[in-house]
Formats: sequence, structure tokens, C-alpha cells
Amino acid sequence: MEWLYKNWKKFGKNFEEGGKLSWLSSFYDAFDTFLFTPQTTAKRNGTHIHDGSDSKRTMILVVIALVPALLFGMFNVGYQHLLATGQLAAGMTAALWWKAFGFGLLAVLPFIIVSYAVGLGIEFVVAQIKHEEVAEGFLVTGFIIPLIVPINTPLWQVAIAVAFAVIFAKEVFGGTGYNIFNVALIARAFLFFAYPSHMTGDEPFIRTGGTWGWDGGHALVDGFSGATPLTQMATGTPVSQSFWDMVNGLVPGSVGETCIWAIALGACLLIATGVASWKTMLATFIGGGLTAWLFNVTCTSFPAVSLSVQSSWLLTLSHPLEPSAVSGFTASSSDL
Amino acid sequence: MLSQKTKDTLLGPLNANNPVVVQILGICSALAVTVQLKPALVMGIAVTIIVAMSNVIVSLIRNTIPMRVRIIVQLVVVAALVTLVSEVLKAFAYDVAMQLSVYLGLIITNCILMGRLEAFAMTNNAWDSLLDGLGNGLGYAIILVIVAFVRELLGSGQLLGFQVIPQWCYDHGYENCGMMLMPAMALILVGCVIWVHRSLNDKEAK
Repeated sequence: MEWLYKNWKKFGKNFEEGGKLSWLSSFYDAFDTFLFTPQTTAKRNGTHIHDGSDSKRTMILVVIALVPALLFGMFNVGYQHLLATGQLAAGMTAALWWKAFGFGLLAVLPFIIVSYAVGLGIEFVVAQIKHEEVAEGFLVTGFIIPLIVPINTPLWQVAIAVAFAVIFAKEVFGGTGYNIFNVALIARAFLFFAYPSHMTGDEPFIRTGGTWGWDGGHALVDGFSGATPLTQMATGTPVSQSFWDMVNGLVPGSVGETCIWAIALGACLLIATGVASWKTMLATFIGGGLTAWLFNVTCTSFPAVSLSVQSSWLLTLSHPLEPSAVSGFTASSSDL
Repeated sequence: MLSQKTKDTLLGPLNANNPVVVQILGICSALAVTVQLKPALVMGIAVTIIVAMSNVIVSLIRNTIPMRVRIIVQLVVVAALVTLVSEVLKAFAYDVAMQLSVYLGLIITNCILMGRLEAFAMTNNAWDSLLDGLGNGLGYAIILVIVAFVRELLGSGQLLGFQVIPQWCYDHGYENCGMMLMPAMALILVGCVIWVHRSLNDKEAK
């Protein structure tokens, strides 16, 4: 490790003022602070926090907190695919379990790559132009975006949405920390308004075809509907998933938003490490609950949706409705 | 042919002193009528004619207008011209007139008009006022056309109603961006035009 560190620092000499790669200094700096804990701390006077911890380490905690939701999301993408193509008719086996996860992995991975490539690309370019350090905010944003889009969103649309969100919701306001909106949610909102046919309805949430040519061409099961539970309620059809399916997350929805356990696990980590404030999280749910309740008691003309929904279901339903359940946690930590 | 001053009067509003991107006037209609190129063009022409003519008329009678009621007199002139233009459009270009709907009548509330009348026509002769009106109207029209060009191209794949993005692209997964059809995107596009305009002009200034 010592050897690696020494050579890395030696390599870094090229990027210093006057070095031949000095125009890429923020590149080096970004990787330097990303790979090694900075050795410098604030001076030992005044009331500063004397700690090498920087926002990169805070961000990485948020990313770790999102991992359960991502892993479950990958599994669920494959699970919904197998379910829709009738491959689970004979029950779940270990082989099918791995097939579901592998299918989801292949399907979700491109989203992560596109999201990070486009977003970090813009961040790095802007940092070079403004001669600033590369801000670390996009580490989390780039991780959330694949979690809050439907699995059938075309990748080029994701790329455009990421670029739009990073430029117009963040960079024009001055970069990380100055953005007045949550960048990931702006990306999702852009997708919703720009390409609505991929964001709602029966098509977007279940991949019925193959991924990269793998496992395509299956016939769909009889009576297949790709609707999320919320859509089913809105159209007055009986909900085909049980209450516990919705809590466990085995329902169609955006990639990382279906499983309440996985999201709650991440939330616990963020609260335990002090990254996020439980008050903000609680406020999100109280606000959502109160609004739902208000619509419930005042709504008379549209009873099919709200009045028939048991109040205990409201929490489980909030996620197909809005991706904010995932990013609400991260929003509370640092408004990325 | 033209002296430096007349040149500035006519061409200044097109770039350095543009009414939309520098003075930030007439934004509402710039957002409302730029979904397609055709209504934006017609709107730009209509505003140009009205600004130029009202500038000339007010400039001719400027010495007879009592200062206390000058706004009312200016409004009467503009209102008469707006009515004329909208009647002509209804007679000869009914579809576009319907597309522009209230925004045609609302030209009367366009800040560019009152701004030019107050700031220029009240103190300058008729010829200069005509040039100033034409310049400002065209400066407004240019921005409208730029925004409408981008919005119609990316929002519906068309220009002036003709399909420009080939079916081949749609067959391979391309889709029109619905966001472009919304006024919010027009505001962002106007912001982008201002951004480009500022960064170009700042460089010249340095």
C-alpha cells in the first residue's frame, strides 16, 4: 500500500502547477481524494472539525446505504421477467433465483454506467473549465438515477435526462451544494414530461423481452398485465399482489423503489452514522401521509382510487407513485 | 449609406441591445407562441410592423401630446394598430390567427412597445423612430424564431409544419421530446440564448 501511495503521489507531480498535465489537475485531485483519505486537516485553532472526513466519505456512505435497494432491484427486475414469461410456474429454484438476479444485473448495469459516464463526464469538464475541484455530489446522484427509472427506459433518454438535470438543476446554480433542486429527481421529472410513454402505463415496468439478446422470445403468461398496483387501483381492477408482496417489493415498479425492507435498511445505516436526519425522513412520511389522508377525506367524485385503499397500504403504495421514497433519504442527508 | 447613429438605431437591438435577451422584455409571448416556427414568425412580423408604425405615429404627434395623458394616447395608437393587424390576419391567415389566439391581442401589453414609445419615439424624429421600431421588432422576432426553431425541431420533429426528422430515426427508437412543447422549456431555452449571447458579448467587451 505504501509503495502504491508513493508512486501515486509521484505520478501526481505531473499535475502540479507547471507540470505537463497541469490542465488536468482537477482530474488527479478528484481521484486522489477519492482513493486515499486526505492527510490534511483544518488548523488546530478555532472551532473547525479536525477530521480528515470530507464529503466524499459522506457520499460513499449514502451509496453504501443504497446498495441493498439496488441489489434487490436487480433481483426484482429478473423476478418480474421470469414471472411474466411463465418460468416460475413450477416454483422457485436456486437456479432460477440466480437466473433472476443475473438477468436483472445485466439489465440494470447499463443504466448505472450511462448515468455515471454522462454525469461525471459533465462534472469533470465543468471542473476543468472553472478550475475547481471535481465535486463529489454526483456519486450519489448517479447511483439514485438508475434506481428511480422504469427498467424499460431507453438508455439514450436516461443520458439526456442526466445531462439536463446536471446542467440545468446543478451547474447553472453553481455546482454541488448550490443546487436548489434534487438533481436525481429532476432527471426523473424530465423523463416524465419529455417521454411520458416510457414512464407510465403497463409497458415500462416489466422487461418482457430479453436483455442483450438473452432469454428473449418467451411467450407471456395468460392474462399478463404490466401494471403497477397503483395503476390497477386507479383503473379499478383488482390488485394482483398481496399486501406483503408490496412490502417485500415483489411488485412491478422502478428498479430500486419496490422493497421497503431494503430501503429501510439503508435508512437505518444513514441514521446510525449520522449522515441523514431522521427528522427529515419522518417529515417526508408525515407530509405524504397527511396529503393522502386529506385527499381521502375530501375526495367524493373519484372513490375508486383513494377511498378503497386501506390506510395501511398507503405507505407501501407511495413508492410506485413517486420515486422520492428512495431519494427522500438522501435528500435529507445533503440535498444532492 | 447610413450614418453610424442610424446604424446603431437599426442594428443595435438585433444584438447588443436586444429587447428580449438584454432588456428581458416581451418574455411572456416569447414563451407562449414558440411551440412552432410558423406562429412565431407571424408574431415576430406582426410585432415588428406594430412597433415600427406606432413609433412613427407617436413620433409625428409627440409635440402635441399633453405629457399627463401621454400613456393613454400611446395606448390608443397601439390598440388601433393591433386591431388592424389582427383583423388582417383573420382575413388572410385565419389558421395562424387562431393559433396565436389571445396573444395577438395581447401585443398591446408587450413591454417592448410601450418601452420604445416612451424611451425613443417621444424624443426622436419620425425616420429614426421607424428604424428603431424596425430594429426592436426584428430583435424580438429573431429570438422568437431561434427558440421556436429548437422547440419545433426537437418537440415535434418538424419545421414550419414539414417533417424534417426522417421516419428512419423513429423506427430506430428516436422519440420527440415532449418537454420541448412545454412553456417551461421555452423559458430554459431563452435562458440558454441569453447565456450564449452574454458569453459572446463579454468576450468582445474584454
